[in-house]
Amino acid sequence: MKGIKSNVRERIARRAEQEIESGYYVNLGIGMPTLVANYISEDKVVVLQSENGLLGIGEYPAEDEVEPDLINAGKETVTAIKGASYFNSAESFGMIRGGHIDLAILGGMEVSSQGDLANWMIPGKMIKGMGGAMDLVHGAQKITVIMDHVNKDGAPKIVNGCSLPLTGKGVVNRIITDRAVLDVTNEGLVVREIANGFTLEEVKNSTEPDIIVSASIRYDAY
Amino acid sequence: MKRQFMNGYDAVKDIADGSTIMVGGFGLVGIPEQMILGLVESGVKGLTVISNNCGVDDWGLGLLLKNHQITKMIGSYVGENKEFERQVLSGELEVELTPQGTLAERIRAGGAGIPAFYTPAGVGTPVAEGKETRVFDGKEYVLEKGLKADYSLIRALKADEMGNLIYNKTARNFNPMIAAAGKVTLVEVEQIVPTGMIEPDQIHTPGIYVQGLLEAVQEKRIERRTVREG
Repeated sequence: MKGIKSNVRERIARRAEQEIESGYYVNLGIGMPTLVANYISEDKVVVLQSENGLLGIGEYPAEDEVEPDLINAGKETVTAIKGASYFNSAESFGMIRGGHIDLAILGGMEVSSQGDLANWMIPGKMIKGMGGAMDLVHGAQKITVIMDHVNKDGAPKIVNGCSLPLTGKGVVNRIITDRAVLDVTNEGLVVREIANGFTLEEVKNSTEPDIIVSASIRYDAY
Repeated sequence: MKRQFMNGYDAVKDIADGSTIMVGGFGLVGIPEQMILGLVESGVKGLTVISNNCGVDDWGLGLLLKNHQITKMIGSYVGENKEFERQVLSGELEVELTPQGTLAERIRAGGAGIPAFYTPAGVGTPVAEGKETRVFDGKEYVLEKGLKADYSLIRALKADEMGNLIYNKTARNFNPMIAAAGKVTLVEVEQIVPTGMIEPDQIHTPGIYVQGLLEAVQEKRIERRTVREG
């Protein structure tokens, strides 16, 4: 089971990597989004931002390079690339809110057809806090949410309206799941790609809102 | 010349019950370790603590939590701490969660003489409930207030005797804004150097914000030690 789960995560992360263009400044959220860094093509020049004050996240350190004062937003020890910079948290969120980050890839619990995102709190469960997610969703030029298409009970995570407390309203541009790629547009949700092993019907049936099928939809896309 | 303290307890012993304190750090990185231990030793109670996180169960601000010294916490992410959960659910601890960028800017504003500001973060979410909102150029923003503290406790790599500071890597985080937002700002550093030994162009926080210095060895505990293979 664990192997299947990690394959699904890898599939989503590999597809999400295609969102990143060379020259982009990118913020990757905690959890599955962090995995995307493992698949960034060597042909691309990409600078990863960490909201705790680092532009230019490098790979994980070798055992003898671990520096306790150098972590990412997930509190993991990291390295900094050549050309990296450090700055304080107000400046970090200034560059986020100010629209200087090209793309943020975030995890999601629910996304609505209007692009509302819920990813920080389940009522009745422990409140952990929103961290930087509420700032990020309003700042980055493009917000891509990556998540499983359905929850553990098989219910859709793409819904007409979020039942969970929101992280941001009308903020999501694109959703990438294990089953499909969908865009939030003024006309509604548009499905652009269907993943290997799924049919359009299966995607429609596991998505609560009605979806518009793109004229250029790609099947077995990833 | 700024006052220099002998140890963590010496630095924080004047902090009275019911004070509001800001504490620097992100996770366990850049926290003033010995001053937090000093607060445990002083036993000061009823603290309102403003800090991005609340430590872990056995280190950092988690130690004050375990000792029931905090009555209110303002932060952005407190998920690393089981005792935190227990105290919130039992009503012993009040918590105000604030988006991380809003928290950084509220502290910055507090230290910079700005009473409040508008931000998009939190609009349409529980964070904006009960707060004033306003539309600028067709987009809605929420009014957030600046934060100040009776005491600011921060950590830097190096200070000179005038309190000019340099931070190390991502241990900078909230520390520079917190330095400016406290009536009294106390800085724990790994090294105090003679005045003139830090290039003026290299100083991250000017000494004007600093009232006291403590030179202390840091444990620098690691929350998630991640290494690459091979």
